[in-house]
Amino acid sequence: MATETSAGSPADGSAGRLGRVRSYLEGPNTVGNSRQFWAGFLVALIALAAYPMLTNSYQVGRVTLFFVYAFLGLSLSIVWGYAGVLSFGQVVFFGVAGYTFGVISVNFATPAGITGAFVVGVLGGAAMAAVLGYFMFYGGVRDVYVTIITLVSTLVLHTFMAQTAGDEWTIGEAALGGFNGMPTIPNLALGVEGAALTFDNVTYYYFVLALLVGMYLALRVLVNSDYGRVMVAVREDEDRTQMFGYNVKRTKLTVFTLGGALAGLSGVLYAAWGNYMSPGVFELTFASLPVIWVSVGGRKSLLGALAATIGIEYFRNSLGGELAFVIVGALLLVFILGLPGGIVPWVDEKLVPWLQRIIQSRSTGAAAAPTEETD
Amino acid sequence: MSTNDVTSDPDIRQTAAELATGDRTDTLLATDELRKDFGGFTATDDVDFSVKAGELRCLIGPNGAGKSTLLNLITGTYEPTAGSVYYNGHDITDLDPHQRVKRGISMKFQVPSVYGDLTVRENARLPIQRFADGAERRRRVDAAIEAAGLAGSEDVDASQLSHGQQQQLEIGMAASLEPDLLLLDEPVAGLDVAEREAIAERVTRLNEQEGIAFVVIEHDTDFVASIADEVTVLHNGDVFREGPVEEIESDPEVQRIYLGGEH
Repeated sequence: MATETSAGSPADGSAGRLGRVRSYLEGPNTVGNSRQFWAGFLVALIALAAYPMLTNSYQVGRVTLFFVYAFLGLSLSIVWGYAGVLSFGQVVFFGVAGYTFGVISVNFATPAGITGAFVVGVLGGAAMAAVLGYFMFYGGVRDVYVTIITLVSTLVLHTFMAQTAGDEWTIGEAALGGFNGMPTIPNLALGVEGAALTFDNVTYYYFVLALLVGMYLALRVLVNSDYGRVMVAVREDEDRTQMFGYNVKRTKLTVFTLGGALAGLSGVLYAAWGNYMSPGVFELTFASLPVIWVSVGGRKSLLGALAATIGIEYFRNSLGGELAFVIVGALLLVFILGLPGGIVPWVDEKLVPWLQRIIQSRSTGAAAAPTEETD
Repeated sequence: MSTNDVTSDPDIRQTAAELATGDRTDTLLATDELRKDFGGFTATDDVDFSVKAGELRCLIGPNGAGKSTLLNLITGTYEPTAGSVYYNGHDITDLDPHQRVKRGISMKFQVPSVYGDLTVRENARLPIQRFADGAERRRRVDAAIEAAGLAGSEDVDASQLSHGQQQQLEIGMAASLEPDLLLLDEPVAGLDVAEREAIAERVTRLNEQEGIAFVVIEHDTDFVASIADEVTVLHNGDVFREGPVEEIESDPEVQRIYLGGEH
């Protein structure tokens, strides 16, 4: 699996190019480094692309929300799963970006204004993470204290946003609205007047899906790059990594800022999806969701974060109410105690090899043609 | 003693000036009155310690003598309470650990701390990728794995290696940075005789062939005798004796502090 070096042979040009692309996407830091995986990935993609044609617009909108949350799950996966910084504050960046998008887009409700709000919102999430991260990491805050500070930041923002009901909290046309939140945030639009992409339920679904797939692949390239190796090294042992000449504080700050941008992207897409932001996004229950998604899916796996976010949210949304939270909370306990690595790595390391052995023993038992694994 | 006292001491200013101007070119590393307090406990008590380029110096002393603290002060892992560290004629006291590494100081920690989740190859790549690319990187990674005696185990997770193999891998990773000074904290603790000999041979080779200066903390006197040129004895946080290994070995005072007699 590791020696995917047939890419160098000049005989098969297209396969060689594909091999080169795969060499960027694959490595020890991601699950799914086989031809079978990519075949499955393609099938899943086709199914997701076909989904809006098989169902109604309401269902499509619902699933879009799960995709939107997946960016939030991915943001915690790279920050916690890959760089070892357990943050309870991803919703801070999510919320700050969502509110920023809301305030700007309400005031400048033209396609250009909304496009600007989209960009500034994401950058706002990143900037918030950069500031918070700078003071934490360069102030020598480590381990569980980072978790506590990020959690407290979330709660502080909740308290703050909840008291913004008064008129003095109106920025231009946009009233922050305290507990009632901020309604009438416009849909996403990209471009300028006359030449702008606007979205309905179905096209927004495709837009978010495409963005998500692109982001997943880009993050795979990142975590399998030299930089990804440094991230993992920081996660495993900060002091050791420092003694190889790496600036550990800067690495953590960079990854944390990137995580802030990703969470911000999620927040902006969320605000535009529901046309609404409220202090509820800073609540403890929402703040703990990313930790649950990523723990259950497998924090050291991007695919785990992606699949578990969508899966758990689908389940939670279908069930609804407080009961769903209780079950999801119980799920977290079960996984932390029983399967601390998460589902996806378990499937990759245990289930798939086990199935392969069964298939192999069956085919050799039947004295069939040699079934040598191609990958 | 406060920082002010240190800088106003003419002797120390002299040493610092000499180091900075490179008059004592053979001195690679020097500490000036280096002190570290942990609460009320003084771990290193105004230590003046120096290492010449290319020498192999062992650092010995009873438990609690301040050996590991001194190493951590040299790498920058600890911030000193007072005093300075000079390296290659420059004051590096305010530099972060990673900046010191870039200047040529490397260290292997006491506990083997290879990255267990990463394969042997990934481990070996990490220090090398910082300064080598492409074919050059591959060559160096292969060489580092080979030198650690791990050829054929490239794709094994490092956590699966034996204690001795992990030590070898980690020394290889530290050495692959091509440092001028390599600090080893108890490199043979918990190893069997054959593994100790392999490490001793490796350290000697790196010292003689690549000219890397070593500071090795070790309790095992046979190991010290087999590798060291010079020995520094730390006791109660300060330098107690310094000299050639034979001289230190036969020093009754050194034996006395090791046996825990009163002083």
